[in-house]
Amino acid sequence: MSEQLDARGLSCPQPVILTERKIEELKSGNFEVLVDTDTAKENISRLARNKGWEIEIIPQGREYQLLLKKE
Amino acid sequence: MPLITGNEGEVIMSYLKSFFGTRWGIILVGAFIGVFAALLQKWGNPPNMGVCVACFERDIAGALGLHRVDVVQYIRPEIIGFVFGSLISAYIFKEFRPRVGSAPVVRFILGFFAMIGALVFLGCPWRTLLRLSAGDGNAILGLSGLIVGVGVGVVFLKKGYNLGRNQVTYSSVGWLLPLIMASLFAFLVFAPLMGDGGKSGPIFLSAKGPGSMHVPIVISLIIGLAIGFLAQRTRFCTMGAIRDVILIRDFHLASGVLALLVAAFLTNLILGQFHAGFQGQPIAHTNHIWNFGGMVLAGLAFALAGGCPGRQLFLAGEGDGDAAMFVLGMIIGAGFSHNFSLASSPAGVGLYGPAAVIIGLLICLFIGFTMREKVE
Repeated sequence: MSEQLDARGLSCPQPVILTERKIEELKSGNFEVLVDTDTAKENISRLARNKGWEIEIIPQGREYQLLLKKE
Repeated sequence: MPLITGNEGEVIMSYLKSFFGTRWGIILVGAFIGVFAALLQKWGNPPNMGVCVACFERDIAGALGLHRVDVVQYIRPEIIGFVFGSLISAYIFKEFRPRVGSAPVVRFILGFFAMIGALVFLGCPWRTLLRLSAGDGNAILGLSGLIVGVGVGVVFLKKGYNLGRNQVTYSSVGWLLPLIMASLFAFLVFAPLMGDGGKSGPIFLSAKGPGSMHVPIVISLIIGLAIGFLAQRTRFCTMGAIRDVILIRDFHLASGVLALLVAAFLTNLILGQFHAGFQGQPIAHTNHIWNFGGMVLAGLAFALAGGCPGRQLFLAGEGDGDAAMFVLGMIIGAGFSHNFSLASSPAGVGLYGPAAVIIGLLICLFIGFTMREKVE
């Protein structure tokens, strides 16, 4: 079970800051982020790509589960 | 057979959605705003003020009689268009998401002081870019102040500053600011005289000065709607552009802002609206310290609230009640700004403007220092 960050209800740029902190902490591996806006989904996707992480987006109703992975 | 089947419609929507998220998407939207802002000036809006969210909300405050400076009173349809353009986009792309409850009163106060700072400089970040693109050297001070203010905000963000989570709420909550905007539109069209028992304004509409300069309502509204729609899609934000470069070295939003600047510059050159210098620039003063200081305050307040004035309108259009509080704070702040001699004018800085900037900075620092979650 990978670590999960809950960024739902947080406005920009908090979801990105939380995700970046986790990326810096882990360096590699995998974790997931829950978000509830398209903006947060897009911003985290861009951050992940810039940092060399793979991202998989799983829509869940009006929310998204983002799976981040780096070997 | 219908031209577009349901399936094809979805394909088009998904294509548009991904296009607007690209670097080219945001560059095109920035350029669109730059070109049309400069054109609006040519067509009748005030010089170097094709679109200025702070100035236009200040004009709205004046039209409502929240201040009585008779040269800056008009209900600007661009602002109404921004909110509805965003609302329409949010509905079409299924992003209308009514939410509220992330420290609304703090956002109101941040909007209030953001406006006070912006009116000491005389412009929001958009107008800072428009002034720069037309050769107004004083805008360099404003832009520098904005960058410093956002930079201070980033330090707070790194130290755990956070206004907390919002909650999903009723659709009608998300509709309140659009309804206020619709009411303003009615006030503009019918311009009733409701003061002194129906004998005088409000509604006040300037007969001279910047408030009297405007393109026809329909053109303002259409361009406002288009900008609102496009900016909602691309998340265009001037404060976010600076913040993302400092915070995460991401130049996505910055490329849109740069496109706005370049497009407005080229359009101004073509239209003969470019005049380089510091002296005699339209609706501007040359006090470097407070041009800078005013925008430090505005930039910090935008950063703490998570968006520039334009972005707050677009967020409010997609249902964000906290952003709506920021907008209302700005409008009330504009009333105070002119009533209390805080706002600058081409003659110079307002009598109490510098003191208000310092008080605003202290309040923003208080908010930034005390509203933090512990960071490990």
